[in-house]
Amino acid sequence: MALVELRNVSKIYRLGEEEIRALDDITLDIEVGEFISIIGPSGSGKSTLMHILGCLDSPTHGTIKLDGIMIERASARQLATLRNQKIGFVFQFFNLLPKLNVVQNVELPMIYSGVSGKERRERAMAALAAVDLVNRARHRPSQLSGGQQQRVAIARALVNNPRIVFADEPTGNLDSHTGDAILRLFRQLSQEGRTMVLVTHDPEIAAVTPRRIEIRDGKIAVKLDETLAGLVRSGARAAPVAAPNKPPASAPSEV
Amino acid sequence: MKPLPLPLPAEGLRVSSHLNVTVQTGLREIWAHKFRSLLTMLGIILGVSSLVAMSAMVSGMEKGAKEALIAIGGLEKVRVEAQDVPVEQMHLTDQAVGITIRDVYALKRSAPLVTQLSPEMRLWATLSANGNTFRPWNCVGVWPVALAMNEHVVEYGRMFNEIDDEQARSVCVIGTATRDELWGAPEKVGREINPVGETLFVNGVPFTVVGMFKHYESDQERKAREFAKSQAAQQQSGVSRNRGWGRRGGNFVFYLKNATVYLPLNTVWMKFRSGATRAAINSNNGAAIGATGDPRLSGLDLRITGIDLLPESLQQVRNVLMTTHKCIEDFTFRTQEDWAEQIRTFVQNARLSGGIIAGISLLVGGIGIMNIMLASISERVREIGIRKSVGAGTGDIFVQILVESLVIAVLGGLAGLVTSFGLVRLIGTFSPTENAPIVTASAMALAFAASVLIGIVAGIFPAVKAARLNPIQALRYE
Repeated sequence: MALVELRNVSKIYRLGEEEIRALDDITLDIEVGEFISIIGPSGSGKSTLMHILGCLDSPTHGTIKLDGIMIERASARQLATLRNQKIGFVFQFFNLLPKLNVVQNVELPMIYSGVSGKERRERAMAALAAVDLVNRARHRPSQLSGGQQQRVAIARALVNNPRIVFADEPTGNLDSHTGDAILRLFRQLSQEGRTMVLVTHDPEIAAVTPRRIEIRDGKIAVKLDETLAGLVRSGARAAPVAAPNKPPASAPSEV
Repeated sequence: MKPLPLPLPAEGLRVSSHLNVTVQTGLREIWAHKFRSLLTMLGIILGVSSLVAMSAMVSGMEKGAKEALIAIGGLEKVRVEAQDVPVEQMHLTDQAVGITIRDVYALKRSAPLVTQLSPEMRLWATLSANGNTFRPWNCVGVWPVALAMNEHVVEYGRMFNEIDDEQARSVCVIGTATRDELWGAPEKVGREINPVGETLFVNGVPFTVVGMFKHYESDQERKAREFAKSQAAQQQSGVSRNRGWGRRGGNFVFYLKNATVYLPLNTVWMKFRSGATRAAINSNNGAAIGATGDPRLSGLDLRITGIDLLPESLQQVRNVLMTTHKCIEDFTFRTQEDWAEQIRTFVQNARLSGGIIAGISLLVGGIGIMNIMLASISERVREIGIRKSVGAGTGDIFVQILVESLVIAVLGGLAGLVTSFGLVRLIGTFSPTENAPIVTASAMALAFAASVLIGIVAGIFPAVKAARLNPIQALRYE
C-alpha cells in the first residue's frame, strides 16, 4: 500500500468569472521510503500540490489517502492533527519563530501534540543532535547562519517522527555550498528510510532524487523536461551532487 | 474507493495539555512589547481602580448615613406624635384627649410587641447659666428609659433615676452643646469642663446638672477633630470671628443630639405645665387642664421587637391607642423607614451612576486591548502560519490569542487593585470633611472579575480572526 494515494485530485480557484485550475485531475502514489522531487516552473501548480499533499489545503475534487487515512471533508482541526502527527515541513525561508530559541522552535510541534515538558526537551535535543546543532540549542534563530537555521527547521520537521517530510525549495535561500550540505542531509535521511518530497524548480536539486515528477499547467507531465529534471547538465556547474538512479547506499553520508 | 483503514483523528480541543506553555507564550509576548503592553494595561488599571474607588466612596457615604440613622435610635424606634383629628372626626375634636401618660401604661400592659416606651414632654426652654443663654434643640421631660431609647451615653455624673422623677426633683442631664454654649467648649477654653453640680436656669427655674452626655460625632468628624488638634499650632489671623454656622460640619444629626437636655418628666409636668403656663391658658382645650395641668405628652417613643414586625407592631399600638383615645385618631406614627429608604436609594443611585462611568472606562480599556491584539496578530501572521503548519489547530491559535488578551487584562486588573488604594487615599486628601472612603473586598472582587471578563470579550474577536487565518496565505505573508 502506498503511503500517499492521490486519485483524480483537482484544485480550482475562482477569480470572479474566471476559473483557474491550479491542479487538474492528478493521480499520484508515493511509496514508503521514496525520495521524490516535484519539479516545474513557477505557477505550474507544484506548490499547490505540495499544500494538498501536506494537508495544508483541501482539494476541490478527488481523494487523498495518507498513511491509510482517507482525507475527505476533514475539518481544519483534523487536518492540523494530521500535519502534526504525520507530516514535517521544511520551507525556503526556514520559518523559525524569531522570539523562541532553537530548542523551543524544535519543541513547537510537540507542544501541539501534547508531549510533556521533560520528554519534549529530550526529544528536541535528540533531533538537534541528529542535525549536529546541540551546541546551538540556546541560540536565537537570528544568531545562526542560513544553513544552521535550515538544519533547525529540519530538526523541527523530524521531531514528531512524521511519515513524510515535505521540503519546499529548501536550498532556495542558501548559497550553493550550504545548499549541498542540506541536500546531503536529505539524502542521508532518505537512506535512513524517511519518505521525502522535495519541491523545487532547480534541476541541480531535482537531480538528487531517484524519482522526479514534473507538473506542467496543473497536470503531471507525461515526459520529463530533461533540462528541468537535471538529466542534462545545462549550466557550467561542476559534477552533479549525486548521480541519479544510483543506489542510495553509495551516497556521501557526511553532513 | 477502499474502505477507511484508519479513522480520522478525533475532533476536540487539546488545549489543556499545554496551557502553561500558552500562558508563558502570552507573558513572553507582553514582555517583548513592554511599553505597548503597559499602555494597553493602563486602560484596565484606570477602569478597575476607578471602579473600586467609586465603590469605596459610596460605601463611605453609606456608612456615614447609617451612623446618623443609628444615632437617632435606629429603625426599630417609632415615634407616636399628636396629629390633628381627621376631617370625618372633626366634630369630636373637643373629646380628643391627646397622647397622655395613660397611653404609656396602656401600651405597657397591652402591646407585647413594644419592648421600650419613652414618653416625652417637650419644653421650649431658654437655658441660662454662667452669664450665657442657650436655646437647646431638644429640652424634654422624660423617664430615665429615654437614655437607652435614644442611645445616649452619660460621660460625667449620672442619668436621673426613677426617684428623681417620682419626686419631681429639679435635676437635669445635658448634652455637650449646652455645656459648650453656657460654660465654654473644650476647643475654646482649652480644657474639658465638667458641668456636673452646676446650676442652670430653665426658663428661670433653677436646676442642678447631675450628668452630661458624651460628645456625639461621626467617625469622620472625630478624625477631623483629632487632625485639627494635631495642627492646633496654626493661629487664626485677624479679628476673632465665628467662621460660619455649622462648625460641626455636615453631620447635623449629631449636633442636634448634642443639643439635648433631659429633665425628669414629672418635674416638667409639675413645674411647667401646672395650668399657669401661657400655653395652657391660650389653649382652647381647657378641659385637659385640671389640677395637674396639661397632661399631654409632646410625643411618645417606642421601640419594637424587630424591623420585620413593624407593620404588626404598629397595628398593635394603634389598636391600644384607639381604645384609650375613644376611637379618635388624634395621633400618628413616625418611623425612620423613609430615611432608611432614602439612604438606600441614594446609595443605589450613586453606585449605579459611578458604576456606569467606571464601567465605561473599563470598556475603553477593553477596546484598547482588542486594538492591540488586532495589531499584534497582523504583526504575527507569519508566526500563526508557522504554528499552523506544525500542527496548531484553530482552537490552539484561538486559545493562544485569548490567553494573551486575558493575561494583559489580569495583570492590568491586579495593578488596578493596587492602584485603587492610592486613588482612594488621594480622594481622601482632597475631601477630608466628607465620609472616609471604605475599600470593600466585594468591590475589589467585582472590579477584578470585570477586568477578566473584559479581557476575554476583547480577546474573542482578534482570536477568531487569528484562528481563521489560512495557513498557506499566512506562510506566504511577508
